[in-house]
Amino acid sequence: MSNWIEACAPDDIDEEDVMRFDHAGKTFAIYRSPDDEFFATDGLCTHEHIHLADGLVMDEIIECPKHNGRFNYKTGEAKGAPVCVNLRTYPVKVESGKVLIELG
Amino acid sequence: MNSASFTMPTKRDYSLIGRDARLAVETGLAAAQWYHTEIPRKEMKELMKRSDGPAIRDTAIWLGCMAVLGGLGVYFWGSWLCVPFFLGYGVLYGSASDSRWHECGHGTAFKTRWMNDAVYQVACFMIMRNPVTWRWSHTRHHTDTVIVGRDPEIAVMRPPDLLRVALNFFGILDAWHAMSDLIRNAAGIVSAEEKTFVPEQEQPRLVQIARIWAAIYAATIALSLYLGTILPLMLIGLPRLYGAWHHVLTGLLQHGGLADNVIDHRLNSRTVLMNPVSRFIYWNMNYHVEHHMFPMVPYHALPRLHALIKHDLPAANPSILHGYREMIPAFLRQLRNEDYFLKRELPATARPYRDELHSERAAAAE
Repeated sequence: MSNWIEACAPDDIDEEDVMRFDHAGKTFAIYRSPDDEFFATDGLCTHEHIHLADGLVMDEIIECPKHNGRFNYKTGEAKGAPVCVNLRTYPVKVESGKVLIELG
Repeated sequence: MNSASFTMPTKRDYSLIGRDARLAVETGLAAAQWYHTEIPRKEMKELMKRSDGPAIRDTAIWLGCMAVLGGLGVYFWGSWLCVPFFLGYGVLYGSASDSRWHECGHGTAFKTRWMNDAVYQVACFMIMRNPVTWRWSHTRHHTDTVIVGRDPEIAVMRPPDLLRVALNFFGILDAWHAMSDLIRNAAGIVSAEEKTFVPEQEQPRLVQIARIWAAIYAATIALSLYLGTILPLMLIGLPRLYGAWHHVLTGLLQHGGLADNVIDHRLNSRTVLMNPVSRFIYWNMNYHVEHHMFPMVPYHALPRLHALIKHDLPAANPSILHGYREMIPAFLRQLRNEDYFLKRELPATARPYRDELHSERAAAAE
């Protein structure tokens, strides 16, 4: 059964940027791509427990602020050292002026 | 007289698989949450922004100067006139490569990924640091900066081995260890300590690169023997010795004499204002507190970052000489009491240190 949760409003995130979203004891990262699409991943880097929302979004890449580990935030793919484990991604939709994330 | 006068200094165990390594994990010093100055997101994004321009310019100057100085050194080889050219070439090879390795390892110097990677590989070769091993050791250095038993890049351990420090101004021990590691890795052996920070899937590449480098050095030595001159080695390999002094001069200031086992870079790192030539060679790593607090900020933006957060940091040392005038006496004092360190004073505008997060060894600082 799907479980769509309201994360934020679209304007809460600048284009090509990321914000942190905490829900039910977990932390997520919500992204707005340069072409104005929204994506969501787990909020912590898979290398160490660092919040990705403090990192840098470049095109479809999120770079961790601590060790510069890079992920494709659209697919969750780890793009090389020091990150070796992919990031979990979540479906996102924008409805009625809200960004919703499906947590399953 | 403070309480430290009555207690025996604590012997540190710097092994990555030793007592202090276990203690750091047990006490929460490993992979801890570190202090950082608050910066509005918009300003932080501006500071983190990547560009190719500054690094392309600096790399062209760096490699261009090396070509000219190396060429003139070769041209004047056999006369004393070659000496100043090799001295300059050596610093660009054996010292500037240190900062290029570092910045490109972070992936922040260039916006374009392959440019970072290309300069990283070249600089790693010059500074004799296996690009795989050192990428991971530096990752650990940023996770556990100057945490005893966790940080593999502590330049001056306590009590300080000042002979080792002096020898390294000429790269002697570093190059010896680098060559020993190179031969060991080329033979397919990854040490137990390396295994603590290099993931298993990365280890074959570590060995592969060691073998390629061993082949390059073997070819250079063979060419020297064939030609009956050390000239090829003056261009490849030896500059890591005769040109190392500048990166040691600046690198020692990064953490030398400051606190260990703390989780606030204001206490264990040092920002030093220095002349523009040294800053070029060092690629602005003199802003070292800022770099550790925000490793995502490229070297060319560090002066702007410094201006933005200096209200929250200890005052920067105004010169290299000033830094040494405080660091050398601290080293000498640590010979008698290895718990001693320089406690950095914060300005009135700064958020205070959270002493409860730091080691009880803070009592040893005056």
